Amino acid sequence: MSPFQILLVAMRALWRNKLRSFLTTLGIIIGVGEVISMMAIGAGAKAQVESTFAAMGTNLLIVLPGAANTSGQRGGFGSGQTITWDDFSAIRDEVPTVKHAAPSLRSSQSIVAGEVNWTTSVTGTTPDYFDIRNWPVASGSAFTQSDIDAGTKVIILGQTVVEKLFGANADPVGQSVRVGTTPFNVIGVAAKKGQSASGQDYDDTAFLPATTFAQKIQGGLNRYLSGQIYVEAISSDATERAEKDVTALLRQRHHLTDRDDDDFSIRNLSEMADSRQQSADTMTALLASVAAVSLLVGGIGIMNIMLVSVTERTREIGVRMALGAKPYNVLLQFLTEALVLSMLGGLVGVIIGVGTAQWIAIRFGWATLVQPQVIMLSFAFSAFVGVVFGVYPARKASQLDPIEALRYE
Amino acid sequence: MTGATGDTLIELRDVHKIYGQGTEAEVHALRGITVAITRGEFVAIMGTSGSGKSTLMNLLGCLDRPTSGSYHLAGREIARMSKGELAETRNEVLGFVFQNFNLLSRTSALENVELPLIYRGEKSKVRKARAKESLERVGLGQRMGHTPNQLSGGQQQRVAIARALVGKPEVLLADEPTGNLDSRTSTEVMALFQELGESGITVVLVTHEPDIAEYASRVLVVKDGVVVSDERKTPKRAADELDRVSQGSAAIAAQLARTKAEAEAAR
Ligand SMILES: Nc1ncnc2c1ncn2[C@@H]1O[C@H](COP(=O)(O)OP(=O)(O)OP(=O)(O)O)[C@@H](O)[C@H]1O
Ligand SMILES: [Mg+2]
Repeated sequence: MSPFQILLVAMRALWRNKLRSFLTTLGIIIGVGEVISMMAIGAGAKAQVESTFAAMGTNLLIVLPGAANTSGQRGGFGSGQTITWDDFSAIRDEVPTVKHAAPSLRSSQSIVAGEVNWTTSVTGTTPDYFDIRNWPVASGSAFTQSDIDAGTKVIILGQTVVEKLFGANADPVGQSVRVGTTPFNVIGVAAKKGQSASGQDYDDTAFLPATTFAQKIQGGLNRYLSGQIYVEAISSDATERAEKDVTALLRQRHHLTDRDDDDFSIRNLSEMADSRQQSADTMTALLASVAAVSLLVGGIGIMNIMLVSVTERTREIGVRMALGAKPYNVLLQFLTEALVLSMLGGLVGVIIGVGTAQWIAIRFGWATLVQPQVIMLSFAFSAFVGVVFGVYPARKASQLDPIEALRYE
Repeated sequence: MTGATGDTLIELRDVHKIYGQGTEAEVHALRGITVAITRGEFVAIMGTSGSGKSTLMNLLGCLDRPTSGSYHLAGREIARMSKGELAETRNEVLGFVFQNFNLLSRTSALENVELPLIYRGEKSKVRKARAKESLERVGLGQRMGHTPNQLSGGQQQRVAIARALVGKPEVLLADEPTGNLDSRTSTEVMALFQELGESGITVVLVTHEPDIAEYASRVLVVKDGVVVSDERKTPKRAADELDRVSQGSAAIAAQLARTKAEAEAAR
């Protein structure tokens, strides 16, 4: 019997029980569909984490005051003001592996424009910050070193803040807003940045010169820098080197001996990216194993129906054997049926899985990514399930005794 | 394989068949059967119910193996064949007509007849052509697309015969092939079997009816698993019988027509 002939006989047998065949494949359809859509969600989340960190720059370091405690976390807020403005200048000017450094002083403030007010996260920083974050000013201009030196009352607004205070598409450059009681002159609007992977709106923000921020919001400029320092290394390869250099510099400036712990901590964004990726991987693996279990259940469904089918068709098997079908002909026939069932299920499952991934992307705005190798893998796995769960019933059929089978009622 | 008549095609020597050996329900169905059947013979096996006829047919048909004794078919020992070899022998040497037809349901007559050729690995075109030819031979050329439940009992029986013949077997085995047929159809089937016998095919059939056994050239009577009588004779010709019957019915038809005409003339 040619493979084509076997396939034809199998298809015909399945077609005779259309509804049953369909219900049997449903397990596989759902299993494969689930694997593909779940993996698409996992891969999409991972890709988004990747692109988020790529946008922030993998050569970014954040220097925080206070020692990292044993569990690697920073102590509570105000666990020591240990970094001075001079430390910041030294990092910026003296470390050759550092390209840019900018302070980031942060506070939640209410901004008022006329009758409208909006509470947002306000950052006090220096012009370099916009380079480090790859975040240009879309209209107007960024503040300059002279604004920092003079502590001028100028402000740059994020797109969301503009929208809330002035309405969509308004250009507030030149207008005046109040932060607390202090009036500020809007000199620029930051480019639209969108959302973070966790759904945080980057554009709901505003920027002041760091010195102005310290004076008007932190209640006076002193020796210590009450915030973080963003550091950009000269390249992503140099990030680790820059981390070591900054550490050495600060230890030296703080007169720490070998026995002292650091009184500051440095976060490396690429490390954070790695750990986020790892959790995305874990999630993917979890989702995929749930899906694999449902594929397995689908396989058991196939085995069940094939066993029923063998019992039902005992006479047919007897007739075929009496007319010259060898045991392996019968084996092959039933195995092919199981395989056709599972592969058709796999095929429909692929289509449904890809469709579901698309639908999730549109309906919920999640990033999904259908990878071709996942399609191939789940299709191959469904075929594998068909063979594994088809073998037992097929063997059972092939070992029937022709006479017994013919006599079966 | 030599095709000449006269040589021994089937040879059973002291064949025993015990069902459920070693259990309490042990049945000694065949108790030492020794028979030789020559190529081209038309053998009828008779005997009371439960005497072991079907058991013997199943052995002859290579569907089962004897518990002891030897069975040579076309020079080959069957008792020592593997399942696969038995299947091959059934496919190539034998044609089997079952008592209850055993056609595949929801499968057309043509496809049913094709089955033995499928397992012989014939190409679809060849299979179709030969199945068609075989169905035409049994007078079912017009019913090839019908499934068994769309055919009468006699037509189903003829599909079963066409299926047994399609592989051009050397031996045709038939277990009560006329059990479900009226006498006229039975005679037709016998005429076909005799025709096959003349073309060199060995025919072995089981029957309860002495009328049917009359068409055979040899009658074996089985009782309690042994052959109690083995008799060769000149067979009655089924074709002649059909002629006689059709002449008879033609006469009746003519008589009817005449009566009708007379009745009409009288009005
Ligand atoms: N599979 C079996 N298992 C056990 N006993 C069996 C089996 N097949 C047949 N027998 C027994 O063997 C004996 C012969 O049976 P067999 O079917 O050959 O008779 P038969 O001559 O064909 O009868 P009938 O004319 O009624 O068809 C019977 O006693 C029957 O009960
Ligand atoms: Mg019987």
